[in-house]
Amino acid sequence: MNFHLILFLAFGAVCVGGAINLLAQRHPINSALSLIAVMAALAGEYLLLGAEFVAAVQVIVYAGAIMVLFVFVIMLLNAGEEEETKGSRVAVLFGVPGMLIGGVLMAWVVLRQSGTEAVPIGALPGHPADIAQLLFHDFLLPFEVTSILILIAIMGAVVLASKPEPMAGKVH
Amino acid sequence: MILPPLIFVIASVIKSLIILFVLLTAVAYTVWLERKVVGHMQNRWGPTRVGPFGLLQPAADGLKFLFKEDLTPPHVYKPLFLAAPMIAVIFALTSIAVIPFGNSFTFGPFTVPQFLLFHFEMPFHWGGAVIGPYSIPFQITDVNIGLLMILGVTSMGVYGVALAGWSSNNKYSLLGGLRASAQMVSYEIALGLSLVGVLILSGSFSLRTIVDAQGGHFWGFIPRWNIIPQFVGFFIYLMAAYAETNRIPFDLPEAETELVAGYHTEYSSMKFAMFFMAEYANMITVACLATLLFFGGWHGPLFGPPLLQSLLPLFWFAAKVFCFLFLYIWVRGTLPRFRYDQLMSFGWKFLLPLAIANLVATAIAVAW
Repeated sequence: MNFHLILFLAFGAVCVGGAINLLAQRHPINSALSLIAVMAALAGEYLLLGAEFVAAVQVIVYAGAIMVLFVFVIMLLNAGEEEETKGSRVAVLFGVPGMLIGGVLMAWVVLRQSGTEAVPIGALPGHPADIAQLLFHDFLLPFEVTSILILIAIMGAVVLASKPEPMAGKVH
Repeated sequence: MILPPLIFVIASVIKSLIILFVLLTAVAYTVWLERKVVGHMQNRWGPTRVGPFGLLQPAADGLKFLFKEDLTPPHVYKPLFLAAPMIAVIFALTSIAVIPFGNSFTFGPFTVPQFLLFHFEMPFHWGGAVIGPYSIPFQITDVNIGLLMILGVTSMGVYGVALAGWSSNNKYSLLGGLRASAQMVSYEIALGLSLVGVLILSGSFSLRTIVDAQGGHFWGFIPRWNIIPQFVGFFIYLMAAYAETNRIPFDLPEAETELVAGYHTEYSSMKFAMFFMAEYANMITVACLATLLFFGGWHGPLFGPPLLQSLLPLFWFAAKVFCFLFLYIWVRGTLPRFRYDQLMSFGWKFLLPLAIANLVATAIAVAW
């Protein structure tokens, strides 16, 4: 058992533990912090695969920027603890069997592939220069189109957030 | 020669301990310097009683923080109230790990006694074997995404302040925490964009490569530092960095006149000291980064005997960082605080468009 595998299992355990804790906690801020732990552990897994750039972006964008906004909203609304219910009937009837089927499917796929070799570190593009080559050269058009899509979403959010006041234009 | 694993681990631990010690001492004496300089600016003496020139004041303050009663108010949310100062200080200390302070120093070759040979995975040899010479960089670790790692760590550091404000269950603290998180998220964008100009010029995220690209001179006498082509980027970086570290004139999260002490109102003794340490460690990181990215890092005139020549880069680096820390204090002694709406409109409506314009101009100039 090499050091690499131990680290992989440790990060994986943090990831799964954080995800379960996210569901189990009753206070929204604890759930948000668990999600941050999941994101950070995922960044660790990416780092183990040799994808430094993706790992750094995962921390900056997901664990840093997006989750800060989650925490910010929870703080701003001062969301309190949630009540514990007995669970919905839909979850018992469809959710649990669905989860079991999904688990079995995943296990089946993984076991079918068990004979193949693992991807060695550095075999896939992970260096910032490789990623830049892919984003700004090979896939330039889809990349730029995506950025326009995000821009439209931002503008839509701004338009929705700033409804014109009924008194606007009469005050001055 | 590549270091064998055992020496690598030992060297890393020693480097980490030395850098931690130097960083914490620097934090303590930056506080002393600030009290002294601001005192003189306001026609006072600053600390004078403990030791000559008040030089032992940091030690006295540290002892006081350690022995003060550690109060936890009854209405706080305890787990996060305890975790927040630790989060702040851990992330503040982590980012120093990728900062290079100088080139590298070489040691060896030296003889390994024969009873230690198996540690180095070397064949048995009577009378030991000669290994080396090895060269160790003045840096804990050189990762090729060094700059991104610093940005990531600082973006995680927001949680310390935000959670401290929220878990204190106090409206002043909450407002301080909200202000801090909104301000840091807003200015992070301008900060990141101001650095892209430097990245375009040097073509790497590794801080060591960025510094190496700044060696030499323009026309034989002006140092080839990024400050000259990236003048605008440097000022955007400086202003955004002041906002990121919650310093005057952007210290709205702890504005005494409105918020008592902001996010750390409910904290006392060592927990308060941890926020204090985090703030000053962040200042030092920002000053180191400004030195590395815009002022040529450890480059400077080298002269004298070989030993002096190997130590001078460290001195130049420290001197540049000191100038930035002094500038922080100078600004604190000079400028008043912004209003919150001024802070936000300055960040979004002035700094961000300016940073984008600088980025486009740099990209066009490089592509030309």
